[in-house]
Amino acid sequence: MSEPGGDAAVTEVQRPRRVRPSYTPYLLLLPGLAWLVVFFVVPTLSLASQSLQTGNVETGYTLTWHFQTYVDALSHFWPHFARSIIFAGIATLLTLLLAYPLSYFIAQKVGRWKNFLLVLVIAPFFTSFLIRTLAWQTILTDNGPVVALARSTHLTDLLQWVQLTNNDSLMNSRFAVICGLTYNFLPFMILPLYANLERLDHSLIEAAGDLYATPIKTFWKVTWPLSLPGVVGGTLLTFIPAAGDFINSRLLGNTQTVMIGQVIDSEFLRVQDYSTAAAVSFVLMAIIVVIVAFYVRRAGTEELV
Amino acid sequence: MRWIRAHLVAIAGLLVLSYMLLPNIVVIVFSFNKPKGNYNYEWQRFSLDAWTNPCGTPGICDALGLSLRVGFIATLVSTILGTMVAFAIGRYRFRGRSSTNLLIFLPMATPEVVMGSSLLTLFIAMGIAPGTVTILIAHILFCLSFVVVTVKARIASLDPRLEQAAADLFANPFQAFIRVTLPLVAPGIAAGALLAFSLSFDDYIITNFNASPSSVTFPMFVWGASQRGTPVQINVIGTVMFLAALLLVATGQLISNRRAKTAA
Repeated sequence: MSEPGGDAAVTEVQRPRRVRPSYTPYLLLLPGLAWLVVFFVVPTLSLASQSLQTGNVETGYTLTWHFQTYVDALSHFWPHFARSIIFAGIATLLTLLLAYPLSYFIAQKVGRWKNFLLVLVIAPFFTSFLIRTLAWQTILTDNGPVVALARSTHLTDLLQWVQLTNNDSLMNSRFAVICGLTYNFLPFMILPLYANLERLDHSLIEAAGDLYATPIKTFWKVTWPLSLPGVVGGTLLTFIPAAGDFINSRLLGNTQTVMIGQVIDSEFLRVQDYSTAAAVSFVLMAIIVVIVAFYVRRAGTEELV
Repeated sequence: MRWIRAHLVAIAGLLVLSYMLLPNIVVIVFSFNKPKGNYNYEWQRFSLDAWTNPCGTPGICDALGLSLRVGFIATLVSTILGTMVAFAIGRYRFRGRSSTNLLIFLPMATPEVVMGSSLLTLFIAMGIAPGTVTILIAHILFCLSFVVVTVKARIASLDPRLEQAAADLFANPFQAFIRVTLPLVAPGIAAGALLAFSLSFDDYIITNFNASPSSVTFPMFVWGASQRGTPVQINVIGTVMFLAALLLVATGQLISNRRAKTAA
């Protein structure tokens, strides 16, 4: 640990710090930033270069600026890109719908039980998420009580009608994948929302009530606008990993639910077509950056980063 | 009916919480199952077999051991590096501060498949064989940003007058840092370390790109097992980790409560 010598400046009021530029911040930054540059920036450039190379695993690759790889990758895999964005989008909306009441409840209603409930939100993280996703296979299994309930209430017919399932079961369907994505990324929505709603001044809500606003109107005119930074942070933390996820579609889906992360995984590790895999990764990153930039601008919270 | 309307938020919140905890309850219940075939998906009958023999499945405890070791080292390194970066950003004005912030944010905004695959292309290009070292490099990388963000938030909420008071009382900068600043930032560092460990222990996607057949982490073991059948021992370890996390956080809470009381 480097000694934070600059902190001494508060005692040396007469001597402005500018005269003697401090190297302390750079020394503190050096190891961490070096790690990020060597193992994040350089690999990203290496990925970009890989996507424009031709060759194969046996003979090695040469950089030929082969942009055709991108055209082929897009024309091959556009349904997977579209599906990933749609699934991640629906899952993000659902997590927002589910996370909002729970975050509001923990932040504003429970008093001294707050920490206990927060622990219950975070603790599932420690059981491997693969194990928890496998547990959804048990929950949604054909002979289970959940499917029986869904059948008796004709929920299965409804899901089939909107084409989220193919038959009267729930597993191995679009429904199961979206359900898994929603479940897995819920804490990433709850924590930023909670952090925001905890600071919400309750007297503002009371003031709205005093001015004869209905509870619904109070929510839309006071609570919701004030919570927008939390909403934006939570949706980004949910949407980005959900769009690249392939665990849920592999464990809970079928051949009709293959997402783009699965394509990248198999192109790299099974097909070993590194150039195509790199091109697909790069396009995914570009799509996410464009969506996020557009969304953050619309939501008007540029200071987020 | 009026009661339901008055407690609508509470009912909705608790329903969502039970949705979140349902898989954990299934994991715990099925750790006492005695399945018929290889797959532990349907309840057969109560049994303590897996609990009395948690290492009964070949490779499972080796994988768990590797994950704990990797998690420990990755947490240690990323917490030290991340805390240093957080202090630099939180306490100093310097050239390149906003690009530093961007560099910290980008890894969190990159999908795991992209991060894992780009590291793989680097390792291939440099001729580094995948194994425990490459796993460690990757884990330290993705934990680092989360540690920085967590510790930075804590530093930002500190009252700078406390350090000035220490200086007024003739503490030298080193003493002020060790006796005043560090204890105040410690909860943030602990939260960052906890987050780093849980991220490292749970990672499958990035690890999968940078591991070799001889370096199987626990999530990789679970994935491999899920393709052939799911041993009950997986549920036992999942249950133990869940309870350990609850216990750890509860202890931390107790300590900080007691501190708050003695301080008051």
